[in-house]
Amino acid sequence: MTERGKNTILKSAAALGLVAVIGSALLTVVYHLTADRIAAQERQAVQRQLSRILPPGRYDNELQDDRIFFRDEAHFPNGQTVTAYRARAAGNPVALIFRFTAVDGYNGDIQLLTGIYGDGNLAGVRVISHKETPGLGDGIEEEKSGWVLDFEGKSLKQPGRAGWAVRRDGGEFDQFTGATITPRAIVEAVHSALEYFDQHRAELFKTPSGTGMLEREDGSP
Amino acid sequence: MSYRKIFHDGLWQQNTGLVVLLGLCPLLAVTGTVVNAIGLGLATTLTLVFSNLAVSLVRGVLRPEIRIPAYVLIIASVVTVIQLLMQAWFHDLYRVLGIFIPLIVTNCAIIGRAEAFASRNSPLPAVIDGLATGLGFCLALVLLGALREIIGRGTLFSQARLMFGDFGAMMQLTLIPDHPGFLLAMLPPGAFIGLGLLIAARNWLDSRSKQKTAGHTAVQTGEASA
Repeated sequence: MTERGKNTILKSAAALGLVAVIGSALLTVVYHLTADRIAAQERQAVQRQLSRILPPGRYDNELQDDRIFFRDEAHFPNGQTVTAYRARAAGNPVALIFRFTAVDGYNGDIQLLTGIYGDGNLAGVRVISHKETPGLGDGIEEEKSGWVLDFEGKSLKQPGRAGWAVRRDGGEFDQFTGATITPRAIVEAVHSALEYFDQHRAELFKTPSGTGMLEREDGSP
Repeated sequence: MSYRKIFHDGLWQQNTGLVVLLGLCPLLAVTGTVVNAIGLGLATTLTLVFSNLAVSLVRGVLRPEIRIPAYVLIIASVVTVIQLLMQAWFHDLYRVLGIFIPLIVTNCAIIGRAEAFASRNSPLPAVIDGLATGLGFCLALVLLGALREIIGRGTLFSQARLMFGDFGAMMQLTLIPDHPGFLLAMLPPGAFIGLGLLIAARNWLDSRSKQKTAGHTAVQTGEASA
């Protein structure tokens, strides 16, 4: 290769490198300028979701600073990590909100928030994200129908095991016209969450905030 | 090339969404509502303006062999900056548009304008071209979004709160009360059918105006010869 050819290649590489450096510099600056605001916005978004389940007046701690992560294949399948936000008043347990995934929806995962009071009654259930069919399965969204509100006040005893199913399966929960799989998945997932809560209540509230139970169980964060 | 011509090309003659048919993935995917359409349309317009500006500024420096990777770097940087800004200031809207913001990088219309226009023109025309092309794309998005939202839900500007805050909540119009919802318009097939109808309407308008001009000229020549 001629000296001239080598020079051209080097110059091209340098020019391309320069473009990359300028681009990265710009990104670094913008990232640092926006990082705090984005973090605050995300926190606010989570807080808004949590407040829709649990009225803020009922507890006095920061839910997002009092949370643990754990895995439990039997109740929360597919190796998912569950987040549990703990609500306390004057240090005493009030309620707990699980953030987890119902894995057997009609079209992929359905992300759920499920709030449970200390006595085992449901504070509420909300769908955070899903890919169910618009117009059929999306009645699970609070804005589309009041269906998720039916969960409020239900517990393991009320309606009892047989009642924790959609009507077509002999249970107490409505299905939608043309969509049974979606409501069935959520009813089952919420029931699992209630069971887990019932079996691990004390532990769930006692574990120190952070990765807590997860660290102890399998050593990974 | 006059700025008038640039705008005419971007908005009508060479409209990205309705004539050149570039960037169909976002065009079809986010046009369920007008608000989503405006959000993605404006983000794309911003990207086009800044990527065209940057490409135009470096046009003399870059050798032809490395121009494409350089454009990709520039466009990716611009899109990521816009993504961060949206995340910080339009967080709710960002959560709705989600993956479509990073996907602006793959919108061929952007690299297309960089290659076809910005790399051959000085910064000001390049910026104008980015603006015109972006607004043309935005127009196609909004028309399709309005069509699908009215037919599919009977509303207009639903969820405007995501973009305009409390003011947006007042913008929501219910055009057809108790609309049962027309599923086809909301699902992907509705997007394709709607786009087809829009393209047909545009072509009809275009040929009609051409016929008029042609007729007009004929009359003029007729008068001249008489």
